[in-house]
Amino acid sequence: MTTPIQAGAYAPASHGIAAARATDLSKVYGEGETKVVALNQVSVEFRQAEFTAIMGPSGSGKSTLMHCMAGLDSISSGSAQIGDTELTSLKDKKLTQLRRDRIGFIFQAFNLLPTLNGLENITLPMDIAGRKPDQQWLDRVIETVGLSGRLKHRPNQLSGGQQQRVAVARALASQPEIIFGDEPTGNLDSRSGAEVLGFLRNSVRELGQTVVMVTHDPVAAGYADRVVFLADGSIVDDMPNPTAETVLDRMKAFDAKGRVS
Amino acid sequence: MLRTALRNVLAHKGRLMMTVLAVMLGVAFVAGTLVFTSTIQEAYNKSSEKGFDHVDVAIQPIKRDADDEKLKPVDNLDQRTLDKAAALPGTKSVIGIVSGFTGIADKKGSLVGDGWGTTGANYYAGQDGKGTDPRYPMKQGQPPRNANEIAIDAKTADRTGYKVGDTVPVSVDGPVREQKVSGVFTTDDGSVQAGGSLVLFDNTTAQKLLADPGEYTEIQLSAAAGTSQAKLQSEAEKILPPESKAVTGQKLADDQSKMIEAQTSGMQTAMLAFAGISLFVGIFIIANTFTMLVAQRTKELALMRAVGATRRQVTRSVLIEAFSVGSVASVAGLAAGVGIAVGLRSLLGSVGGGEMPDGPLVVSPGTVVTTLVVGVLVTVLAAWLPARRAARIPPVAAMGSVHAPATTRSLVLRNTLGAILAGGGAALVVGAISGDDSKMMGLGAALLLIGVFVLTPLLSRPMIAAAAPVLKLFKVSGKLARLNAVRTPRRTAATASALMIGLTLITGMTVIAGGVQHAIDKMATGSIKADYAISMANFSTLSPDVEKRLDAMDEVEVSSPFRTSPALVEGDKETLTGVNGSTISELTSLEFTEGSWKGVSEGNKAIVDTDMADKHGWKVGSKVDVAYEDGKRGALTVTGVYEGNQLIKGIQMDTKTLDPHMSKVADLQIMVKTTDGASDAMKQTLEKGLGNNPVVTVQDKQDISDGIAQVISILLNILYGLLAMAVIVAVLGVVNTLAMSVFERSQEIGMLRAIGLDRPGIKRMVRLESLVISLFGGVLGIGLGVFFGWSAGELIAGAGLDTYELVLPWGRLALFLALAALVGVLAALWPARRAAKMDMLAAIKAE
Repeated sequence: MTTPIQAGAYAPASHGIAAARATDLSKVYGEGETKVVALNQVSVEFRQAEFTAIMGPSGSGKSTLMHCMAGLDSISSGSAQIGDTELTSLKDKKLTQLRRDRIGFIFQAFNLLPTLNGLENITLPMDIAGRKPDQQWLDRVIETVGLSGRLKHRPNQLSGGQQQRVAVARALASQPEIIFGDEPTGNLDSRSGAEVLGFLRNSVRELGQTVVMVTHDPVAAGYADRVVFLADGSIVDDMPNPTAETVLDRMKAFDAKGRVS
Repeated sequence: MLRTALRNVLAHKGRLMMTVLAVMLGVAFVAGTLVFTSTIQEAYNKSSEKGFDHVDVAIQPIKRDADDEKLKPVDNLDQRTLDKAAALPGTKSVIGIVSGFTGIADKKGSLVGDGWGTTGANYYAGQDGKGTDPRYPMKQGQPPRNANEIAIDAKTADRTGYKVGDTVPVSVDGPVREQKVSGVFTTDDGSVQAGGSLVLFDNTTAQKLLADPGEYTEIQLSAAAGTSQAKLQSEAEKILPPESKAVTGQKLADDQSKMIEAQTSGMQTAMLAFAGISLFVGIFIIANTFTMLVAQRTKELALMRAVGATRRQVTRSVLIEAFSVGSVASVAGLAAGVGIAVGLRSLLGSVGGGEMPDGPLVVSPGTVVTTLVVGVLVTVLAAWLPARRAARIPPVAAMGSVHAPATTRSLVLRNTLGAILAGGGAALVVGAISGDDSKMMGLGAALLLIGVFVLTPLLSRPMIAAAAPVLKLFKVSGKLARLNAVRTPRRTAATASALMIGLTLITGMTVIAGGVQHAIDKMATGSIKADYAISMANFSTLSPDVEKRLDAMDEVEVSSPFRTSPALVEGDKETLTGVNGSTISELTSLEFTEGSWKGVSEGNKAIVDTDMADKHGWKVGSKVDVAYEDGKRGALTVTGVYEGNQLIKGIQMDTKTLDPHMSKVADLQIMVKTTDGASDAMKQTLEKGLGNNPVVTVQDKQDISDGIAQVISILLNILYGLLAMAVIVAVLGVVNTLAMSVFERSQEIGMLRAIGLDRPGIKRMVRLESLVISLFGGVLGIGLGVFFGWSAGELIAGAGLDTYELVLPWGRLALFLALAALVGVLAALWPARRAAKMDMLAAIKAE
């Protein structure tokens, strides 16, 4: 069991090099009366070759944190870094290139272009960059996610789980520094979800990939090496080596607290 | 249901924008045409009514029909008839009229009024020659009193800057007359109103120049108080000379307005045809829009079905939506149409050189009703199929998680039908060529066009795939553009078809025009050896003096007149052409199948073209029986048979044989060969030799073909202008499709942005898709246009233009393809910007 710590005061023990880092990151929507603080001076590091889950109730700011860290959304104040690159200083063009070359994405839905077949979808980021995929690596990734027989299929000929596996393969194929997943199993049944999560964990264990995943599902979080808990725009806890049970317990504690306050 | 439908219209304002615009443009075209034509018709009617104010009864020679056996022209009216008319009990006053072509040169020496509305007439100063002519009130100076004086109309005076006392060059049939302007008058004369000129001579001079001494071309009577037009008419009928008639002023005004109506209704029909094309193109856009809207609202419509709406209610809700879109667009189109009419009126006024007669803008209730009904009907009919499709959405679709169901319905039936239509149509067109059957060709063309419409979804895949190598240059954007373009073949096809229609017509007409131009060039250069052809500006006849004058010039080596006279040849009415038999072979190069010009100058000899020779079985040496214009008979001996063409055909003989039989010897044209060939200097010398005559034109072969080229290119430009509207509507269609597609694919675009496609890449993707669709339509249109141009050209060639051959205007075709590309680029501007600016986060967040 971990002890709850004060928001913003958490400093992770650095037993790895940070693949991404947020420092005093704030995100504010609107102005004056309608002002909403989505993220309040959040500082967090995501270490290389680690599988991190971001958890929290609806409206806690977990998706916003991911979007800001991944260069999908702008930051109101503070800093967000991928490796040594400061995102806040980048213009749209450089930011797009950074997403293309250094980040992998898995979304909850609409990961794939319906006009492209499985393989084309997997190599899409590299096609955009005009790079040739590393064939050996590509084969290994495809084999890992078990799609060898379905590469010529269009997304509408694949099941939801298969589609998400294509998305995982796409994220892995370009060997990005970090992969961000936004509820990657949110639309899947539990068996397919388990498969996808297994691949993500294996990619971290076997391939040394860095993965950050937003989820509200304790079971999904149980696959991670570490869980960061958010509430009301602040980090409220950081749990290493979670299991589904410990995460669930921790969340129940939030709920109880929420009901009391 | 009504409320839901109207809410939908309001909710999709933006998406319906292009549809509204498309309908509006088509409707505006219809409204503009109707308002414009009824406005000018009314204006001309008013001005012509005014022109007949002072006429109660007119006595006129009866014009002969073309097939009348009598060859001599009808006699003019003489002084005795006028005196008798003046003496009728019901007559208050009488005016004798002589009029005909008279040109006047401006200060630079060029003809005022382009040769068409340029008339000359008499100033009729009463029977005693001392009164005033009520038709022409003098503004300045005096009416013409002798052969040296003229009066000119105020508009011409304004335009040329001539004042009373100036000496101006005037010409009636060739020779230049230097006349003193004795006065300036005002007039309601229609041709002056329309930009022509009117020169008045004194009565005697006018009769001498425009008819014969003592003759009038018309006599107008005004009735004494208490005498009706009909009464005066019946009185006048008793004194009529043979072959003449008495007509009431009312009848003249009615006839005039009927003529104006016939002319404007011809123009109206032509313009409405093009408006119809624009509306037809609009149908594709309307249908496309509603199809897309229905597809986007699948869940919503399914929900309505699930909660109890019947199929009919769903259909009706879509149709109500179409009805309101059509109504808004039609009202806007009507307003825009009135604007177009105003614009057209002032445009015609400024371009035509003259002015339209003034008059109020006529927006009749008929125009309003027609436009509104057409606009609404077209919209509702175009939305019919999508509405029925909406009704077929099963209620269960509301529960499905499928966002946009893949519509991969089999195209087999559609393709079979399309292939039959297109194949049958093409076969009919080709068959029509050998059968010289223009109706069959029209039917075949229509079937082929419909067949191609039906087949475009099928054609889109291979044709767009063919563009893949080029699109590869644009990497991912190019590939995605290609895939997106074939994603919904029906939508792409409908969008491309809209553009195809305009380009088919534009290309077809250009191909035909090019062929006709080529044919005429070939004819002009092929059969004429002369350096110059001299003719009147309005293609009326020249005095024989002109030829004499030319022949006397040192620079002129040989010359020949071309004068024509009607005759009965072996009982058939034909035209005889008189030429100078001894020089003609140096001025023309005809292809003789037998014999030659040799001997024609000896008299009573002629050459005939192959058509006539075949018809009558003539050979060299055959005797041809001729009844001349003056009624005398004679026999001509055939000395040669030649291949006729549009310029030279029929029976050619020596003037010496023909002249004695002509009622008035006059030349249609004079051909001249000069000592030094054609040159600018030589042309000036000839013009100077003829006294720099404003009404006579001196043209070399290049001028002749340039003149024809100009007429063809003006015609072609008018057609381009009229078809431009159809192309603009098609552009709206492309914008519409792209904007809708971008909207439907917003999540995909968001995802692409997230995984690293930058804004320029997204823009490029949309632009290339637009380019692919437009070029697809362009290639189809140009291809079909060339086919139609070829087949119609073959028909023209078969109908007598022997020198016609297909000349593909490659430059123009390339230009049209570039136009299609431009359409693609322009149409993508806004949708591409929208796609690039799309909020990435909103797009990727799950529903």
